[in-house]
Amino acid sequence: MTYTARLRVWRGDAAGGALTDYEVDANEGEVVLDILHRLQATQTPDLAVRWNCKAGKCGSCSAEINGRPRLLCMTRMSVFEPGEVLTVTPMRTFPVIRDLVTDVSFNYAKAREIPSFTPPPDLGPGEYRMKQADVGRSQEFRKCIECFLCQDTCHVVRDHEENKPAFAGPRYLMRVAELEMHPLDVADRVAEVQDEHGLGLCNITKCCTDVCPEGIKITDNALIPMKERVADDRYDPLVWLGRTILRRGSRQARE
Amino acid sequence: MTAATRGVEAPGRAEVGARTLRTDRWWLPPAATTVGLLIFVVYATVRAFQQQYFFADERYLTPFYSPCVSLGCASEPGSAHFGMFLPDHPLLPYAAISLPFLLAFRLTCYYYRKAYYRSFWLAPAACAVPEPHATYTGETRFPLILQNVHRYVFYIAVIVSVINTYDAIVAFRHPTDGFVVGIGNLVLLVNVVLLWCYTLSCHSCRHVMGGRLAHFSKHPVRYRIWTWISALNTRHATFAWITLGTLVATDLYVLLVASGTITDLRLVG
Repeated sequence: MTYTARLRVWRGDAAGGALTDYEVDANEGEVVLDILHRLQATQTPDLAVRWNCKAGKCGSCSAEINGRPRLLCMTRMSVFEPGEVLTVTPMRTFPVIRDLVTDVSFNYAKAREIPSFTPPPDLGPGEYRMKQADVGRSQEFRKCIECFLCQDTCHVVRDHEENKPAFAGPRYLMRVAELEMHPLDVADRVAEVQDEHGLGLCNITKCCTDVCPEGIKITDNALIPMKERVADDRYDPLVWLGRTILRRGSRQARE
Repeated sequence: MTAATRGVEAPGRAEVGARTLRTDRWWLPPAATTVGLLIFVVYATVRAFQQQYFFADERYLTPFYSPCVSLGCASEPGSAHFGMFLPDHPLLPYAAISLPFLLAFRLTCYYYRKAYYRSFWLAPAACAVPEPHATYTGETRFPLILQNVHRYVFYIAVIVSVINTYDAIVAFRHPTDGFVVGIGNLVLLVNVVLLWCYTLSCHSCRHVMGGRLAHFSKHPVRYRIWTWISALNTRHATFAWITLGTLVATDLYVLLVASGTITDLRLVG
């Protein structure tokens, strides 16, 4: 079945822009990215839209459809009524470059601020031995496709530009959690996540989890466990007393 | 920073001209949460200070009065299992040693935090809907930094759950009729089982029981417990709402039996 889809696409750049109305043919089984490609092919050859795999694995085509952060390639047209007007805008947390393409370099800057995997200094190459039970938790976080939808929807930076220097965002707080939960990582990730990456700014309202196209339980499995570890190290006198008596450091106590 | 230069209207971002473009009923979940929580708070406050109809059939003690430790509990012989030492005052609930901690347990709960930050504080009311506040410091400062006491109120909540369990068990014994089973017993039992589900599915419990470990393989028992609690934890929000309902239902049942409005149906004895 072919029908006419009604679209309002944001066109413009950092200097300004507006929502522009279009009517495009749509076929059964298509996704929003298909419609944008047809729009590009038939009416607006200069429409800028970032995409790559069209299979929900590269994380390139992040945008906002009817105000909700989504992947263009994973949003089926069938979830909307045929007569419904679809409003497509770029992600609204990052600076726009042109049309639906944003400058996501904020995320790469945050990624570089996280010290890489730090194994024990006396552990040589080829000596890494881990059991599945020890790495199961952090494997969930490896599913991340870096679409930055969680970063886009997080109100800490979406609604407060001034928080960007202090807050890494859910994707990179999850990266710190991944390293902290790694059985062979010995860096002090707990102090780092609170002091350098702004975990305390997160108020666990779970929008990051809600928009994750990979279904990663970012809040329950990464952010809250990290908040609990911060509570261990900073706000729990019983834990402090136990560690003092047993003369164990933060990392040793978790062994 | 003015409203025009913050948030989605900050310089450099796409000038869309609308604070949100969501077309669904995004306001419904926070509105429903507000109504649900307010109903519970009003009901619980009225009942906690009513100091009447809290003990029925000489064996059913409502969870809002457990443990009953006020001198006022003497008005219902058999309701005080742990002594009576608090003064009988209209502004002091009979279970004043447990209620503040249970309130704190729910206030600092990771699920309820999400619920009231969204519904009462609108930070944010819904995903990708701008919040109304000019500045935001999250949980980095007083008073919200106190959310970190959650694990301590969890420990106390476990003790109160043990007391609720004791109440549910001793309710099977009538002072004159011996072992009996009534509808009220089943109500108390269901309530206490669900209270345990809510308490044990807590994120702090998950962390304390095993989540803080770096090597699960070195602690197989704690790993197994963590696995069970993790399964429960996925339904923490559901248990949070169900237990608000069962607490009200249990209390209402005791209230209605104690006031003589309904009679407890005995199944055994």
